[in-house]
Amino acid sequence: MLRYIFKRLVYILIALFIIITATFFLMQLAPGSPFASERDFPPQIEEQLNAKYGLDNPWYIQYKDYLVDTVSFDFGESMKYKGRSTNDIISESFPISLTLGIEAMILSIGLGIFLGVIAALYHNKFPDYLASTIAVLGISVPSFILAGLMQYFLAYKLDLFPVSGWKGFNYSILPALAIAITHAGFIAKLTRSSMLEQSSSDYVKMARSKGLGKWTIVIRHTLRNALMPVITYLGPLTAGVVTGSFIIEQIFAIPGLGRHFVTSITNRDYTVIMGTTVFYSIILLFAVLIVDILYSVIDPRIKLKGAKK
Amino acid sequence: MKKSNLFLMLMLLALTLVLAACNFGAEEEKPASEDGKKEGTEETTEGGPKELNLVVASEPPSMHPQLATDSTSNAVLKNVFEGLTTVKDGEVIEAAAEKVDVSEDGLVYTFTLRDAKWSNGDTVTAEDFAYAWTFALTPENASEYASILYPIKGAQAFNLGEGSAEDLGIEVVDEKTLKVTLENPTPYFLELTAFKTYYPIHKATAEANDTWFAEAGDQYISNGPFTLSEWQHGGSMTLEKNANYWDADNVALDTVNISMVESETTAATMFDKGEIDFLGAPYQSVALDVIDRYKEEGILNISDYASIYVYKFNTTDEIMSNVNIRKALTLAIDRQGLIDNITKGEQTPATGMVPAAVKGFEEDRGYMKDNDIEEAKKALELGLQELGLSDASELDIKLSFNTSEAHAAIAQFIQEGWRTNLGIEVTLDNSEWQVYLDKLSNLDYQIARLGWIGDYNDAYTFLEMYNSADNGNNDTGWENAEYTALLEQSNKEQDPAKRLELLKQAEAIIMSEYPVAPIYYYTNLSVKKDYVENMELDALGNIYLKYVDIKK
Repeated sequence: MLRYIFKRLVYILIALFIIITATFFLMQLAPGSPFASERDFPPQIEEQLNAKYGLDNPWYIQYKDYLVDTVSFDFGESMKYKGRSTNDIISESFPISLTLGIEAMILSIGLGIFLGVIAALYHNKFPDYLASTIAVLGISVPSFILAGLMQYFLAYKLDLFPVSGWKGFNYSILPALAIAITHAGFIAKLTRSSMLEQSSSDYVKMARSKGLGKWTIVIRHTLRNALMPVITYLGPLTAGVVTGSFIIEQIFAIPGLGRHFVTSITNRDYTVIMGTTVFYSIILLFAVLIVDILYSVIDPRIKLKGAKK
Repeated sequence: MKKSNLFLMLMLLALTLVLAACNFGAEEEKPASEDGKKEGTEETTEGGPKELNLVVASEPPSMHPQLATDSTSNAVLKNVFEGLTTVKDGEVIEAAAEKVDVSEDGLVYTFTLRDAKWSNGDTVTAEDFAYAWTFALTPENASEYASILYPIKGAQAFNLGEGSAEDLGIEVVDEKTLKVTLENPTPYFLELTAFKTYYPIHKATAEANDTWFAEAGDQYISNGPFTLSEWQHGGSMTLEKNANYWDADNVALDTVNISMVESETTAATMFDKGEIDFLGAPYQSVALDVIDRYKEEGILNISDYASIYVYKFNTTDEIMSNVNIRKALTLAIDRQGLIDNITKGEQTPATGMVPAAVKGFEEDRGYMKDNDIEEAKKALELGLQELGLSDASELDIKLSFNTSEAHAAIAQFIQEGWRTNLGIEVTLDNSEWQVYLDKLSNLDYQIARLGWIGDYNDAYTFLEMYNSADNGNNDTGWENAEYTALLEQSNKEQDPAKRLELLKQAEAIIMSEYPVAPIYYYTNLSVKKDYVENMELDALGNIYLKYVDIKK
């Protein structure tokens, strides 16, 4: 097991190296500069700016600088936001995205499993159709449309929530819901199908013949085994949800990390591009690793490659 | 196995809960109490603290007056700092300066400062101004707006690394007196001293901490009507009334809450719900799809704005180097139709280079008629002959713009007009902003859109960029010796009427050679709640919150 983890860590390092290299060369290839604006300034000033941020160095020096930055995890000052370091930007906005993401995850897992179980228990009856309809709608309606609708009806018409901002718990409910519903739909579909599969298995029949109640069987037996596919889905979900969603943050004016992924690229804010990319990669790679490890713990039938018994 | 399974699940759940709880707690604590406070104050507004709620479109990139370049930063800086002069009701008045003496030849300005204080209680001195201006001009600081200080003697040379700081025409006579020597008599110099790059900064703080402007709080010392008391990056800013401000008695507002909301639609919903009291540039903008509704409700304000939307022609291009082709294209644009059907913002069709919001240019100078198809056809025929072409369809023209729905819609409207009226086929070419700027400055285009907002209320800011093909803002490759000479002359002319005449002559030259096709003069659209008073935009799109009052 330890050997497996070690091996995976090495892979992660290699993957990170490739990501940094690819990002760096893509940044070099893209036209434009972080200082460009429709109001031109003298070339001498541009030279000074380039010198200040090390952009006048040949590409291999810059490449080396980025590698060193990554190892020491200090990406330097943002080129767009004067006097702000990339690390500050990440450390200020990530907790907000994380909070929102975890809230969205709890909502989506709770809602998804609940819908899935209901659908499976009342297979081919009205509750099943209702739950499945909600799930399909959740998957197919894009989150920004949902966000706009919720903003208009729940916040403006009914005045239940603030329209936007990030000043307390009630500000987080609408955006968390908007993120959660798509994922809840997926989870509901996954839970439903694996629940149905399990309920025809021998151990469930056995439990039923013992005279156990419907819900007792679900909670104590079926659900546990039915959740395997959901856990697979959890890895990428965590990484995606926790680092923030650009569109949701934009609509609800949340000062999270998600918007920096996109705006740093349009701004050509090289240090922030590199910082956010590396940060996101690390989270995604580790989330996948943790899920893989969890597999083997939860289901001993799955053997990890390279693990010695 | 089942037991460990359940155990693991529980562990996972517990972990999630703990994580969630601790993060939310930390994040929630402060804002929640603030929220409570806010609600409390709202209920006791009668006679209580006066609060104004606004939104801006993004995080201000820089709150350093000398390093800021954009309008969002400007919107906040205008209210936390104050220059030697300021603008009220379109007129330049003294602000941090009590008295301004101008020498006979218009070259030496002597400013006597009033007894003003910084937000920490220190006196605002002439040294602070000299320090800030020298900071902007020091090449190592790479201030992108330093060129606005070039009218000062020796400024350009120093900024470009050729001169030295000692040769600058900035002299601190004593604590309260600042003597500025100019390169040329610059008739609009007092407009400039109201501009953000001319603001003072607190020397002691700036020297002690070179990122003093990155966070709100004690380090952020300003001399304007408000102080920057809170700044949640990417989220919101809070301005508090500056008790040490010299004119604090005339500042009505106690607190200004500025949230950063990127989506125009969200901002409009916030306004409808009453979460914000004002909407419109520079505090976000009124979304296109709600303009009609606000118009019906009768709350939409339209004010003139000293800025212009143009199509530039690349005069080094084979086809576009022909003046008659440029003329034909310029004349065959249905500007009024464009404004009525596409942009819908009550803009003014532009038939000159200087917007109507600029003093002395209110009247149409009659250079051309909007949508003059007949003249356009004549010019086109002439142009085709000169190029040795027989038919307009042989022209293949590319129209470039940066990716945006609004620019695309405008381009399509004009493309259609050129096709039906002149028979010219036009291809549209859009690229992302950064790539687009590259294309412009490398003259890698035929026709390209650009907007230009005046830095100060003077025609010179709209004409100066075409004084030479090398000017970084020209982007057309066009130049004209007579035009350049007229502009130079205007800078030396001290009689305002004669100077205006010179500028108009220069404008007439550029309007006869068509390196640029003016499309429309922008307007600023805004909506505000009834209880907000004196919240007016000036011609440069600035709002001075100092004068704003709330009467609920």
